[in-house]
Amino acid sequence: MWSLNEIVKRTDVKLNEMFSPAMAFLFEAIIVALLAISLFAILGLVLVLMERKVSSFMQVRLGPNRVGPKGMFQTVADTIKLIVKEGMTPNNVDRFLFHLAPFLVMIVAMILLAPLPFANGFQIWDVNIGVLFVSAVSSVSVIGILMAGWSSNNKYSLLGAMRSGAQIVSYELSAGFSILAIVILSGSLTFSDIIQSQANGWWLFKGHIPAIIAFVIFIIASTAETNRAPFDMAEAESELTAGFHTEYSGMKFALFFLAEYVNVFIVCAIGATLFLGGWMPLHFGSNTSFNHVMDYIPGIVWFFGKTFFLIFVMMWFRWTFPRLRIDQLLNLEWKYLLPISLINLLLVTVVAISGWHF
Amino acid sequence: MFLINYIKDVFGAVKSLAIGMRRTLFYFVRPKEIITQQYPDEMPVIAERFRGEVVLMHDENNEHACTGCTACELACPNGSIKIVTKFDISPEGKKKKAIDTFVYHLEMCTMCNLCVEACPTSAIKMDTAYEHSVFDRNKLTKKLNNEGSKVRSGVE
Repeated sequence: MWSLNEIVKRTDVKLNEMFSPAMAFLFEAIIVALLAISLFAILGLVLVLMERKVSSFMQVRLGPNRVGPKGMFQTVADTIKLIVKEGMTPNNVDRFLFHLAPFLVMIVAMILLAPLPFANGFQIWDVNIGVLFVSAVSSVSVIGILMAGWSSNNKYSLLGAMRSGAQIVSYELSAGFSILAIVILSGSLTFSDIIQSQANGWWLFKGHIPAIIAFVIFIIASTAETNRAPFDMAEAESELTAGFHTEYSGMKFALFFLAEYVNVFIVCAIGATLFLGGWMPLHFGSNTSFNHVMDYIPGIVWFFGKTFFLIFVMMWFRWTFPRLRIDQLLNLEWKYLLPISLINLLLVTVVAISGWHF
Repeated sequence: MFLINYIKDVFGAVKSLAIGMRRTLFYFVRPKEIITQQYPDEMPVIAERFRGEVVLMHDENNEHACTGCTACELACPNGSIKIVTKFDISPEGKKKKAIDTFVYHLEMCTMCNLCVEACPTSAIKMDTAYEHSVFDRNKLTKKLNNEGSKVRSGVE
């Protein structure tokens, strides 16, 4: 059967036949980089359009509908506009940090892509501490945001960056605890093992109520980690103009914008992998005819389907809830999410030790 | 007691958020609820009493009811109306005041409706036209009476 795994293996064999191992590795690295960058570009275009369409439908509007059929090329036009726009640098900024910050945010998003399994065997780097790697690297993005806020020499930027720092550092905790719940249930930090452990059902269904609580907390915490409404304190356009990227324009602004959407994609992909089985088709029990029917849908479709479902849920949050104040935001984390996730972790441990999960 | 309130808080929050999300999903899955009017493609419904511009009403004989009394010009708070009068000679040889040009400055008009209320013969009214953008500002200074029009007989 046609599969991405086969293609990857064949390409590897072919390249090793044609070139020396070092050259083959170099070519593979280039192919992977090109694929990653094109994925980012496509994600930026698709997700921005999706956000605008979802928001407009939820607000009883039409949304973009002029450029191309049903407004499908609106984001392409926007991107061209952003590329040709002048990148302004204000006078008294810290130039080095100012220019570095958007790239740092982008690079963090790119590194996070490495351990994500898109389909069976279609993964850049199956590192044995994949989950730890993701949660460690994802907290680096706050440095990029703080850098942007500090170097802009603008009070709005600095306020936005400081809020974002407080927020991301707080919400990392409950996101980490809810990820740990799945690590405890599956007994592995490797993404491929976690997915294999969901072959007879996703952890969301197998792990009883603790897994569902962990999933809800993960969604809330990852919404906060990606600085999206109702937790968009870092931008808060009605209070801080645009927060940390107030002073950015042109392509550097576009990089921040793109990084936000890529981060959304990545946290949703992690959520889909941990809780909804990643590329694993929907299975109940083992060896039923239902499972065989589901197996005909390729893994990459399952992966993107689940990820986009979670992205839709996050957009749904964004266009439903009003923005929290910074004290409410920190109250929610330290008084509610963190205690609940700690108790939940205990419950998960009990479930895992007693073997109550399916 | 504290713990009960805490748990109540959590469930109350979840419930109220769920209500909000149900409402947005309701609109998301029903594109028919969209209220956007796609203006150039579909013309919006204009309210009957919408005040777009002042018009001088002419009937099919190219006759209007304006006697040239300049009540509208006096009523206009910012001088948007300027009436140039002339004297018609009636068949009996009597002089009669009539309008030569009814000048209306649309660019100055605030659509306050005072001229329409001041008109003793109901010669002018507010029209619902709203597409007033032009490339040349001079086009907004309008002559309201048609070429060769005259006052309807019997209107004093």
